[in-house]
Amino acid sequence: MQKLINWIDERLPIVDAWEKHLSKYYAPKNFNFWYFFGSLALVVLVNQLLTGIWLTMSYVPTAEGAFASVEYIMRDVEFGWLIRYLHSTGASAFFVVVYLHMFRGLMYGSYQKPRELIWIFGMTIYLVLMAEAFLGYLLPWGQMSYWGAQVIVSLFGAIPVVGEDLAQWIRGDYLISGITLNRFFALHVIALPIVLIGLVVLHILALHEVGSNNPDGVDIKKNKDENGVPRDGIPFHPYYTVHDIVGLVVFLFVFCVVVFYFPEMGGYFIEKPNFEPANPLKTPDHIAPVWYFTPFYAMLRAVTYPLFGVDAKFWGVVVMGAGIAILFVLPWLDKSPVRSIRYKGMLSKIWLAIFVVSFVILGVCGALPADAQPSWLAPLCTALYFAYFLLMPLYTKMESTKPVPERVTH
Amino acid sequence: MRKLIAILLLATGSLAWGAGVKVPLDKADIDIHDKASKQRGAAIFANYCMGCHGMSYSRYERVADDLGIPHELFVENLIFDGSKIGQLMTGSMDKDLAASWFGAPPPDLSLTARLRGPDWLYSYLRGFYKDDSRPWGVNNVVFKDVGMPHVLADLQGLCAEPPVIGVVAEIDPISGTEVGAPGCRNFATTGSMDPAEFDRAMLDLVNYLEYVGEPSRLKAEAIAPYVLLFLVILFVPAYLLNREYWKDVH
Amino acid sequence: MKENDVNQSRRRFLVGATSVVGAAGAVGAAVPFVASWNPSAKAKAAGAPVKVDISKLQTGQRITVEWRGKPVWLIKRTPDMLEELREADDLVSDPQSEVPQQPAYATNETRSIKNDVVVLVGICTHLGCSPQYLPEVIPDETVGGFYCPCHGSKFDLAGRVFKGVPAPTNLVVPPHMYLDDTNLIIGVDEESA
Repeated sequence: MQKLINWIDERLPIVDAWEKHLSKYYAPKNFNFWYFFGSLALVVLVNQLLTGIWLTMSYVPTAEGAFASVEYIMRDVEFGWLIRYLHSTGASAFFVVVYLHMFRGLMYGSYQKPRELIWIFGMTIYLVLMAEAFLGYLLPWGQMSYWGAQVIVSLFGAIPVVGEDLAQWIRGDYLISGITLNRFFALHVIALPIVLIGLVVLHILALHEVGSNNPDGVDIKKNKDENGVPRDGIPFHPYYTVHDIVGLVVFLFVFCVVVFYFPEMGGYFIEKPNFEPANPLKTPDHIAPVWYFTPFYAMLRAVTYPLFGVDAKFWGVVVMGAGIAILFVLPWLDKSPVRSIRYKGMLSKIWLAIFVVSFVILGVCGALPADAQPSWLAPLCTALYFAYFLLMPLYTKMESTKPVPERVTH
Repeated sequence: MRKLIAILLLATGSLAWGAGVKVPLDKADIDIHDKASKQRGAAIFANYCMGCHGMSYSRYERVADDLGIPHELFVENLIFDGSKIGQLMTGSMDKDLAASWFGAPPPDLSLTARLRGPDWLYSYLRGFYKDDSRPWGVNNVVFKDVGMPHVLADLQGLCAEPPVIGVVAEIDPISGTEVGAPGCRNFATTGSMDPAEFDRAMLDLVNYLEYVGEPSRLKAEAIAPYVLLFLVILFVPAYLLNREYWKDVH
Repeated sequence: MKENDVNQSRRRFLVGATSVVGAAGAVGAAVPFVASWNPSAKAKAAGAPVKVDISKLQTGQRITVEWRGKPVWLIKRTPDMLEELREADDLVSDPQSEVPQQPAYATNETRSIKNDVVVLVGICTHLGCSPQYLPEVIPDETVGGFYCPCHGSKFDLAGRVFKGVPAPTNLVVPPHMYLDDTNLIIGVDEESA
């Protein structure tokens, strides 16, 4: 065995890579619950890739065959139902872990210097993931697939001057059709997964270059022992590998409960109208995006006033786009001298809470029909969502922070 | 954190209410594990529904096997159009012809239970009533101006007025009898079944539709305990392993 | 970090236990993925047994039916043709059908259940071409049979392969049985039914 390793290592630096990324990658020893979700996201990605590859083996990417081929997978292919539910539940699980992972970053200031690039790669992953989920949602070719895609592609039509032509170019047709389905399929199964994997690699490489943050926001590299090992660091392997295995088993338990017992999750993971084949002549009574898009969908609908002679639809798209774009510049909005919420002032804590609550309420608003909610609610929460970011330079500078300890608290 | 969860719960609660149903429905108290009920439902479906409605994603053979009906018996009694047992249950009606009769081709019912839900189906099937202004002389309280005749009228009879759907019966405290039970109060014509019998038959039919909607459900529920048990077992050494290594960390 | 009181054997045991249980889980998780490659219900339905009515089959004639996407020949041989089989015994490489290319009930002189009617999968055992039916005589031989245009393999009227041709074995006799005198079913027999 050792001989084989040596033979390979002379030709490919596997020992070096193992040490750099696992056995001699020193992670802070005070990781808590919130630090499970990064590795879980990786597991979910693998699940999506595997089940996705297997689904393409039986899926037919044509307008005539798509819906029936999904039912073929569900009924005729041995264990096809399981592979499909793993994929559909995995899509939602991906967003669950990614949202929690992002919240962790917000809480502990993991985007601050020197981790700006990690954050930007992460946000790009999130953006590509949204595109990937949107493209994949068309493939079952049910009513919700069809009309969801119709609505989202129409958003591009809101762009002044070129909008309509752009939307038509994306569809490749005058309406969402088999042509659109084919290109969405190609992007969903080939193009975006490749981009996604590349970004994940960059995200991790950048992380391992500067080292992991921690709940105290303490820079562990400032305090090293005589061997140059951070005193508050422990090798990722074995300490965090065995740690993450426990988290993984718990996650898999919850995941399997959903896959086996509640794959539709009450219509939030698989929406009911999607059990009817796409019909370009009949819109379902209530179109709602899947739950992970609803906050941004609510922002889109929250804008109802035309401005500067351009109609509200366009400004809705702008607000929605800005809602995502603003996340990218977060590292430069936070002026606080400390990273972690533990040592930030009261204002930061309040604003983080406001942000989370508005985001959740926006999510609920986006899932509801427009007439089933107070008309001021989504605009208010949209405003609060942006206020969290736009006011951040002020309140992070104004508030008094607590002293950060020399060493991590464990 | 707790406050957050409370808000979340409140929010999702209002969500269920907001997305709420437009028509009150009766609860379909079905049990997809009840094989006999599904078999009776399959017989009703084959005799009364399949003339017009297909289940074109489902195969006869799968249904026969899952419901425990021997193939020869199934072919003899439940396949009327000469299909082979391995074929899809497409139904025998010509789509174009059907469209000209009913205005639209009768929908495929493979997934109707997943689309509409069992409560809706149970209420719909019992929601027909006499309405001479409609082409088929009937209307439905759950599906207004439905384009389908009341094919089960010779079983149920025909209700003279809109039947009461979506109410819960109360026990009268003095007489002890049920009052305000859902169903038809006044029949124009009677059928071969009494109302309680018909309700049971419709539960069987809904149960069968529910099964066909997701035939993998029973298999999923059969495998799930083993998968979950395995994860519990895996948790034990994983947890101990983690604890053992973390003894090093002070 | 490492301390003297580390219980190495306990660690080894726990690593082993977690790995073994985890590996068992990985194998279990692979089952659905492997199983999903089996023929689906659709493929099985398409490959279901085929019923054939041979009441109109004339002696000396051949009909072809499709079973599992392959041509299956049914030939009602004339007494002369059956006579030719005996003549071909010396020309073919496996006259007694010792290589199991047929069910037990067709391991006989005529490779058939009834003497006259033979059922053969019409795929050359060399590289999968479908041979031609030449009931009178095949090229360079004295008896009728089948001739494969791809590489010149020859078979007699019982599907037995000639000596010195590329095909290694006799033509396959598929499982089949008689439902009554004139109705056959191909794809099942008494054993598998």
